[in-house]
Amino acid sequence: MKKHWYDYLWVWAILYFTLGLFNILFAWFGMIDFLLPLFIAIIGGNKWFCNNLCGRGQLFSLLGGKLGWSSGKATPRWMLSKWFRYGFLAFFLTMFGNVLLQTYLVFSGASSLKQVVSLAWAIKLPWNWAYTDGQVPSWVAQFSFGLYSIMLLSLIVGLIVMALYKPRSWCVFCPMGTMTQDICKLKNLRNNNQ
Amino acid sequence: MLSKRVAKFNPSVCVACGACVKECPRSAIFIYKGCYAEGKAELCVGCGKCAKICPSGCIEIKERQEINEKALV
Repeated sequence: MKKHWYDYLWVWAILYFTLGLFNILFAWFGMIDFLLPLFIAIIGGNKWFCNNLCGRGQLFSLLGGKLGWSSGKATPRWMLSKWFRYGFLAFFLTMFGNVLLQTYLVFSGASSLKQVVSLAWAIKLPWNWAYTDGQVPSWVAQFSFGLYSIMLLSLIVGLIVMALYKPRSWCVFCPMGTMTQDICKLKNLRNNNQ
Repeated sequence: MLSKRVAKFNPSVCVACGACVKECPRSAIFIYKGCYAEGKAELCVGCGKCAKICPSGCIEIKERQEINEKALV
């Protein structure tokens, strides 16, 4: 199959996490991964982002497939269940909602900037070297720390399921994938009814 | 000449990630409107690469004759 420029977006996935190690403000680029799949699904009615542009999916394919870091075992059935997929989506949306809340609290002055990367509220990693006070308004930095936390957590979870099961087992319950597939199904249903 | 075996897709389990599309050496798979993967049976050679990579286990390699017989019932 002919290779396209977007087949190398796994480089972007690595670059994103590397840049965040040095300057947390680069985390804002993660919004592309949040908004573009939704935009493509709503406007185009397809999962072209997941199928072609997802750097993370490509990274898992590369590490788990070509480099053989995946066991290749079947993804457990419970991971495929609607309960788990929508449960994980709810968890993800709660985390994102919390990031927005923390950003607002810093913006309004009710809270101060926390220079930590938090993994599912349980593990807090100090990340203060990646930000110099006063570079940007504090709320901008707070959002960066929050978004990077979500991105890093999903990368770690994705790598774990990649190693335990199939290279792209993460895609089975990826919140963006669940949302965009449902948007496409709804659009398809509406078009069929018209 | 058509192969003896062919990929069979289960749309109710498919998450439309597109991993199978990238893996297929015959470009015989496509994602139907972002909903699920579908195969072009006339192009499929039943190699099973798609089934091996599929994270949701929605692809099975079956005897073409068996599928054709079921379709006629």
